[in-house]
Amino acid sequence: MHRGKGMKFVGDSRVPAVRKPNIPKDYSEYPGKTEAFWPNFLLKEWMVGAVFLIGYLCLTVAHPSPLERVADPTDTGYIPLPDWYFLFLYQLLKYTYASGPYNVIGAFVIPGLAFGGLLLAPFIDRGPERRPMKRPFATGFMMLALVSVIFLTWESVVHHDWEAAEAQGKIVEEAEFDKNDEGYKVFADQKNGCISCHGENLTGGAAAPSLVGTGLKPDEIKKIAKEGRGAMPAGLFKGTDEELDKMAEFISNLK
Amino acid sequence: MLNKIYDWVDERLDITPLWRDIADHEVPEHVNPAHHFSAFVYCFGGLTFFVTVIQILSGMFLTMYYVPDIKNAWESVYYLQNEVAFGMIVRGMHHWGASLVIVMIFLHTLRVFFQGAYKKPRELNWVVGVLIFFVMLGLGFTGYLLPWDMKALFATKVGIEIAASTPLIGEQVKILLAGHPDIVGAQTLTRFFAIHVFFLPAALLGLMGAHFIMIRRQGISGPL
Repeated sequence: MHRGKGMKFVGDSRVPAVRKPNIPKDYSEYPGKTEAFWPNFLLKEWMVGAVFLIGYLCLTVAHPSPLERVADPTDTGYIPLPDWYFLFLYQLLKYTYASGPYNVIGAFVIPGLAFGGLLLAPFIDRGPERRPMKRPFATGFMMLALVSVIFLTWESVVHHDWEAAEAQGKIVEEAEFDKNDEGYKVFADQKNGCISCHGENLTGGAAAPSLVGTGLKPDEIKKIAKEGRGAMPAGLFKGTDEELDKMAEFISNLK
Repeated sequence: MLNKIYDWVDERLDITPLWRDIADHEVPEHVNPAHHFSAFVYCFGGLTFFVTVIQILSGMFLTMYYVPDIKNAWESVYYLQNEVAFGMIVRGMHHWGASLVIVMIFLHTLRVFFQGAYKKPRELNWVVGVLIFFVMLGLGFTGYLLPWDMKALFATKVGIEIAASTPLIGEQVKILLAGHPDIVGAQTLTRFFAIHVFFLPAALLGLMGAHFIMIRRQGISGPL
């Protein structure tokens, strides 16, 4: 670059008046098959990007992103799960010496050491060797971390009840009904306890399914109320037969 | 015509050196998958950037519909998902992109680690890269709350409880994140929205700028 005396500028600016031609460097003298980034290599990268984007869009179209029902802070039975890439940290907190009184170990000491080691890797592994086999400690610790992350994620996935998780978050349709209905009053009667699991809108919750649009006949509902089904024990209904008739009729008609 | 416009601007602003800085760097044989197929491992960094760009663009479109308050957040996401033309695709890309960016940045980290590419003189670039990784995890964590559905709320409660168990400053961290000592609610949602949309992306752009400037300065690491 021309500097100092004899330089000419555009007007009173600092922009030199003598312009540099916009010609790429010649890479033919470089070792091997070196090529220019622009435009030769960028076009190839573009191809990789295009193929990647197709896969990405297929994923998007094949699996619509999930949305559960609106957040309800009062539903204490809900079992939460973080996104998959936090599962290993979450799983770590389930082990005896990493939770409860030892929470600090599981939540800070172990992840702190792992992520701190990752952050400071160049200052820990300072030798000149680059090949993985020639720096056994760096490679070994990374392999250990990798295996741990994969193992913890795996454990977390197999111990999670995915069906229950899907059911507890489902968007349920609200039914329109009259809360002064005789049948609803029986349902809401505390002595029968229906409402504590099936909810005041009969839409269910973490402990019980929705009663809206069950498609069951009154007789079938009476039978379930008396004898239970699945996780529901028998003998929960404590009212009279007349009340049971009204309630079964009411639930059967919910759409 | 275009050349004339270019020349006109170049005469006044001298943009050619700037353009050559960006466009003019050699791609050595050992990183070029066209010559050695195994060099595809060098694509992970670029793909991370690619997904990040898609995340920023899709996120910008999402904020055209999303409303960050507890009454409307879920409704607006539901509307976006079920009513808006291509809303499902835009939200889907943002949702899956969040996972893909983690996968890609993880693979990129492993490539750099196992090749020992973080060694002198590239220590600082490694540190900045790991900070980008942390910011990405932060973006994933804060974005999880925004649809305001069941899993969003309860997973965030767990996350905030973990943050609250930090020794010494736990309570302060909790209040900073949640906006209240006990309630995870309206304040939490607006804070997470602000962190997800303004604070962390700003940090991310700054760190990515530093990451790329350092790469251009030092060049890509040589073959093993």
